[in-house]
Amino acid sequence: MTATGTRARTRGGVGESAARPDGGLKVRGEFAFSSDLWMEGMLWGATLRSPHAHARVEAIRTEAALAVPGVFAVLTHEDVPGVNAYGLEHRDQPVLAHDRVRYQGEPVALVAADHPETARRAAALVEVDYAELPPVTDARAAVRGECEPLHAGGNTVRHVRIRRGDPTASAPVVVTGEYEVGMQDQAFLGPESGLAVPAADGGVDLYVATQWLHVDRSQVAYALGLDEELVRITLAGVGGAFGAREDLSMQVHACLLALRTGRAVKMVYSREESFFGHVHRHPAWMRYEHGADETGRLVYVRAEIVLDGGAYASSTPAVVANAATLGAGPYAVPNVAIDCHGAYTNNPPCGAMRGFGAVQAAFGYESQMDRLAEAVGVDPAEIRVLNGLTQGDHVATGQEVDSAAPVAELVRRVRDMPLPPPTGTDLRSLPGGVANTTHGEGVRRGVGYGVGIKNICFSEGFDDYSTARVTVQVVGDAPVASVHTAAVEVGQGVVTLQEQIARTELGIARVRVETADTRVGSAGSTSASRQSYVTGGAVQAACREVAAELVSRASIASGADPATLSLDADHVVDLSGRRVASVVDLLGGEEVVERTVEWRHRPTTTLDPETGQGSAHVQFAFAAHRAVVDVDVELGLVKVVALDCAQDVGRALNPGAVLGQVHGGSAQGLGLAVMEEIQVVDGLVRNPSFTDYLIPTVLDMPPMQVDVLELADPHAPYGLRGVGEPPTISSTPAIVAAIRAATGLPLARVPVRPEHLTGT
Amino acid sequence: MTKIEVTVDGAKYADDVEPRMLLVHYLRERLGKTGTVVGCDTSNCGACTVHVDGRSVKSCNMLAVQADGHEVTTVEGLAQDGELHPVQKAFHECHALQCGYCTPGMIMQSIDLLNDNPNPSEEEIRTGLEGNLCRCTGYHNIVKAVQTAAGGAQ
Repeated sequence: MTATGTRARTRGGVGESAARPDGGLKVRGEFAFSSDLWMEGMLWGATLRSPHAHARVEAIRTEAALAVPGVFAVLTHEDVPGVNAYGLEHRDQPVLAHDRVRYQGEPVALVAADHPETARRAAALVEVDYAELPPVTDARAAVRGECEPLHAGGNTVRHVRIRRGDPTASAPVVVTGEYEVGMQDQAFLGPESGLAVPAADGGVDLYVATQWLHVDRSQVAYALGLDEELVRITLAGVGGAFGAREDLSMQVHACLLALRTGRAVKMVYSREESFFGHVHRHPAWMRYEHGADETGRLVYVRAEIVLDGGAYASSTPAVVANAATLGAGPYAVPNVAIDCHGAYTNNPPCGAMRGFGAVQAAFGYESQMDRLAEAVGVDPAEIRVLNGLTQGDHVATGQEVDSAAPVAELVRRVRDMPLPPPTGTDLRSLPGGVANTTHGEGVRRGVGYGVGIKNICFSEGFDDYSTARVTVQVVGDAPVASVHTAAVEVGQGVVTLQEQIARTELGIARVRVETADTRVGSAGSTSASRQSYVTGGAVQAACREVAAELVSRASIASGADPATLSLDADHVVDLSGRRVASVVDLLGGEEVVERTVEWRHRPTTTLDPETGQGSAHVQFAFAAHRAVVDVDVELGLVKVVALDCAQDVGRALNPGAVLGQVHGGSAQGLGLAVMEEIQVVDGLVRNPSFTDYLIPTVLDMPPMQVDVLELADPHAPYGLRGVGEPPTISSTPAIVAAIRAATGLPLARVPVRPEHLTGT
Repeated sequence: MTKIEVTVDGAKYADDVEPRMLLVHYLRERLGKTGTVVGCDTSNCGACTVHVDGRSVKSCNMLAVQADGHEVTTVEGLAQDGELHPVQKAFHECHALQCGYCTPGMIMQSIDLLNDNPNPSEEEIRTGLEGNLCRCTGYHNIVKAVQTAAGGAQ
């Protein structure tokens, strides 16, 4: 990966593995996470949640809680001054439950007290009379209309229907399968937290770890009954997100308590509360039928997919669209018929998690590709090479793939990477590790492949934009560029990228990225692998306007043609690199050049409601994995020995950060493959802790070989392609394919658990 | 209330604490040492790892009164005269962090590991960090950072 095609020589620009500006603070323990916020005299908030998955709320009595010394306020639905409803796409979720609770953990009452333990004790004293109702827990029955409707309009959140070519096409080779994906948790390490501070103007200032400041603001203002200008939100340090912070958690609650008490209120969830305080990855049921000719070339894909959205809509409509439109996978298929439904149930609400919709579908279609390979007698890698999308092909929605789609190349690259050494004799390297469960007997090795496709940025005609304000001024005899956006840094490195882009575009070494807040226009969500693309595009555009102003001034002063001038090393230079003017001189001391740009990617279209046809996506991204596993077939233990990846990123703006995304995304896919599931029985979560919900440790995750391709997308800033999600999509099916290869078992459900392997 | 005397990051403190108070809460809420974070409440994640008399401890798993008379070092006490500890430096330079929430605990555990074994193999590094969870990095660069710090110390 090299920095080609840019004119900047200023160090730390686009294409370099520039250091994170927050890295020094983070290794010193000086970075302020949202849970670290403190204000003199602040109160602590606590939330009372429903113990039932489905119940009528018949009465709420707060007297006992209010009588606790140190309690300043106890609030219920009656205390929500605006509209008691929020939600990303449909405002169908109460801020505080009114007459009904629809999932275990639904917030019912709030307490503010002078100590967190007092607040929690008082919350436990709020008396709620529930009349339990039978929970709706079967998503397939729910979308068939067989259950009591949980919301007006029934239990189908959305149905997306894809019809391409001949939906009744036939083929000589047919493989079918039913697959399931369990409910995964984002399991970020920093639980939900924030601080709300009441303001003299009747508004509120909220400091919070989130993913989308402006949509938080509109939902908070709606519930508080305030003008949006009176709700000011500033990003506090985010301890990971992965989709779980795209919905509100404690935002409205803390503001309600702060406005009621006139005091700053801090809320911090425990890990257990966090499991109830955010949405999860949709569990999925899928039925697939693939038809192919005798060589394995796909003729048709037919699929039925049901996603369990749980009690409230959250981002289910977009998840359904992704699963449907990407449901045929990264393959050229002339005939497609896919129906995808998202359900309302009384299970925990599900919404955004890295790769949403695409992750579930990929487990289905990639399992099918392996069955097809077996049916026609070709290698699993070869079946993917044979059918892989290339530029100019059309996906299931009829949309042309108009930039690189190197599916075959990615598969070849992972296939050709060196394989790990054979199963060792060191007990630590065997399944079960130091538990000393085997000396190698019963251990079988398997190799498997997975490829995935993901839409980058928001789709279906969404007005997907970002705003950047870029300023250049002289500070201490040197020019300093300042970049202000509302783009949320969750760890992925968008703060670094903003600095890099400013250095490249302005040729100014000293760049400062302002704290993200709502004083500048929306940057959209930190999700859908979109911030490098959209906020990157906005920062690039704003910098170019500032640069044009500086070049124009230098041109007037020097008489040189502005087309021959550019910025580098704090100067305007000509084509030969000769310095024409210094930025300091052009600014003349006190002056500030500032430009604000609202930047959009090219528009997308909606999907035809009957056929699901349309150019709904901005960009497609692809990754491929090869997994190697050792399985102790007697105990059902799996050791992932290797998990190698090839991914096209268009252009690696920060190669180190790109690799970090590939490593981390692959690890989350490994978790879904072999260990991670929120276990829900009758609507109740059975494992809300890190003791019982396992995520991969350093011993579960193998070292990775990663091959990064840079096939520029001419439509995107710098040619980049979104990076964060694709590795999460393909690693899961690759690992399961490897386990199947080792065991010969069909394995139609993730996570694969020991009992699936031992048949016990 | 129980009186404790404890040295934290080189400074001596004498405080009355409830006997049930966890060390991590003492550090964060009494001393304002918020560099040590809480991730799980159940001693699984290791984000709250500190050193007590030079050995790593999950500070959610120890009472403040148990630290009485002992020396506690947090991530905030590692840098000397503004110079990062070699392990801090390696984590920064090797892109061994993203959100950074696991970083304080990872660094404290890595230092303990290197104190025991200045030249660990990759396998030994992985075994030594098994009790610390990271959700962002896939651990790849964390292992690399520990290797880098070990190499730099030679």
